[in-house]
Amino acid sequence: MIACRKSFTETLLSLARADRNIIAVTTDARGSVTLNDFANELPGQFVECGIAEQNAVGISAGLAHSGKKVFVCGPACFYVTRSLEQIKIDVAYSRNNVKIIGVSGGVAYGALGASHHSLHDIAVLRTFPGMNIILPSDARQIRKIVKLLVDYPEPAYIRIGRAPVPDIYENDGFNFTIGKANLLLDGNDLTIIGTGETVYHAYRAGRMLHKKGIRARVLDMASIKPYDKAAILKAAAETGRIVTVEEHSRFGGLGSLVAETLSESPVPLRIIGIPDEDVIHGNSSGIFAHYGLDASGIYKTAIEFMKYEK
Amino acid sequence: MKVKAKELELQSEINRKRLVEIAFKAKAAHIGGGLSCLNILTVLYFNVMNMEAGNPEVPCRDRFVLSKGHCAEALYVTLEARGFFPAEVTNTLGEFGSVLSGHPTIHVPGVEVNTGALGHGLSIGVGIALAAKMDRLQYRTFVLMGDGEQGEGSIYEAAMAANQYKLDNLVAIIDRNGLQISGTTEDIMALESINQRWSALGWDVTEVNGDKIEDIVSAFGKIDYSDSHPHLLIAHTTKGKGVSYMEGDPVWHHEIPDVEQYEQAIREISESIEILEKQIQRV
Repeated sequence: MIACRKSFTETLLSLARADRNIIAVTTDARGSVTLNDFANELPGQFVECGIAEQNAVGISAGLAHSGKKVFVCGPACFYVTRSLEQIKIDVAYSRNNVKIIGVSGGVAYGALGASHHSLHDIAVLRTFPGMNIILPSDARQIRKIVKLLVDYPEPAYIRIGRAPVPDIYENDGFNFTIGKANLLLDGNDLTIIGTGETVYHAYRAGRMLHKKGIRARVLDMASIKPYDKAAILKAAAETGRIVTVEEHSRFGGLGSLVAETLSESPVPLRIIGIPDEDVIHGNSSGIFAHYGLDASGIYKTAIEFMKYEK
Repeated sequence: MKVKAKELELQSEINRKRLVEIAFKAKAAHIGGGLSCLNILTVLYFNVMNMEAGNPEVPCRDRFVLSKGHCAEALYVTLEARGFFPAEVTNTLGEFGSVLSGHPTIHVPGVEVNTGALGHGLSIGVGIALAAKMDRLQYRTFVLMGDGEQGEGSIYEAAMAANQYKLDNLVAIIDRNGLQISGTTEDIMALESINQRWSALGWDVTEVNGDKIEDIVSAFGKIDYSDSHPHLLIAHTTKGKGVSYMEGDPVWHHEIPDVEQYEQAIREISESIEILEKQIQRV
């Protein structure tokens, strides 16, 4: 297992060696992002902004405006709150091609508390025209995403976790396309849709359900904006019930976008996410278990859900 | 393009008249702050900055960021006068669906970045100037801020970074007209130490009479773009400059003149234009 942030920075460094226009920007977070190797090897392509997220995003917009391929990297919790206005205006509205890498997203910081959680980022950033949103599910997918994004001509927010995550994809023989979901497990009884680090748990829950004779379909919806509307409508038509799982507020995230999509041809939907309350104190795996975001929680929700008519 | 100071003064008055015209027609504009920074814009666009109006994205151009984005109308009339777009475009100000928003956007030829929320422009300018250093390009970056805007903390983050990266290719200008929407800057949140605070942050600071074209030209001319320090011009100006009843009155932050006031404003500016034309002819 490898931490997604490490997979990201290693890929970025290997690409940056061959392309001096690739620039990494950070805010005293080279350690937590794992950018030390990048900073040491390519100091001319590394911009340290100190603890100043607003400035970092503004500078990134200016660099991108001048043709640089900018990856501004730091804790998701600070970037999508403190520098939100810069993301809105300097990046998205001005169409400056900045990639915002929010590391340790969701509840990855666990016991550090809600100041360090980012459970609102999808909800907020979805409303910014011009912004792409991607939540990779494992280290292999990250590598593909970084290679794709380096020359992708639009701004994007990529939320990455903190701890190592198990592989979803066993080898590189899979596609990642912006706006497309990946089918991980097929079935016609219900569909479980995950994004980011919940995908592993959704996949495990799907395997557990298959063993019980419930043919669960599992989708990896890494691309949140744009998102795969067709895959959702197909799942609705073919499997009826849909369960969404996200490391995010139940408001405004993956569950909401699925509900919006289904509103014209509704099927039963269960949204698993963080409820509208102060998140319980604990490590991230404990928080996942507490709110039913882990495999056994998803499995329980699915079993209960199967009791209802489609 | 180098034009003598008197001709720049004339150009600035022509722009001033145009600003009052479009503001009156659109029934919307931040006229007071627009009038206070028009001299600075005129000097930048007609004397200091290298650019090609017909090719607004030419890579070697000097960059300009209007951080005090609410004074968009002053920028629009300057861009029009400099040939970036025809008067027909400017005349759409205030119309539904016009390309000219109340704050600058990249859809307008010559505008580098969307602004409107205060305290953003200098960070963007730092990024643009830093890219020039990385690429060893000679273009310079100019960022115009308001004095009320100096309340935004992000400016000082950018100021620190500009010093850290020794951005001597970056020039910030503060339109020091002393007024913001609710009153004087000193009553709202005192700024008396602008010079000291920016000097302490490592900037090369110059104070200039921003109501005098000749002084602005001279101040820009003295900037050393190789001294390893970012540069700040504190331009002491008059809000509502050039229209007697607007000068120094915060109500004209975004008030629109009535017919009588409009005619008086046009009369006053036209007289200034006439005097300048005669002076130039005499020379």
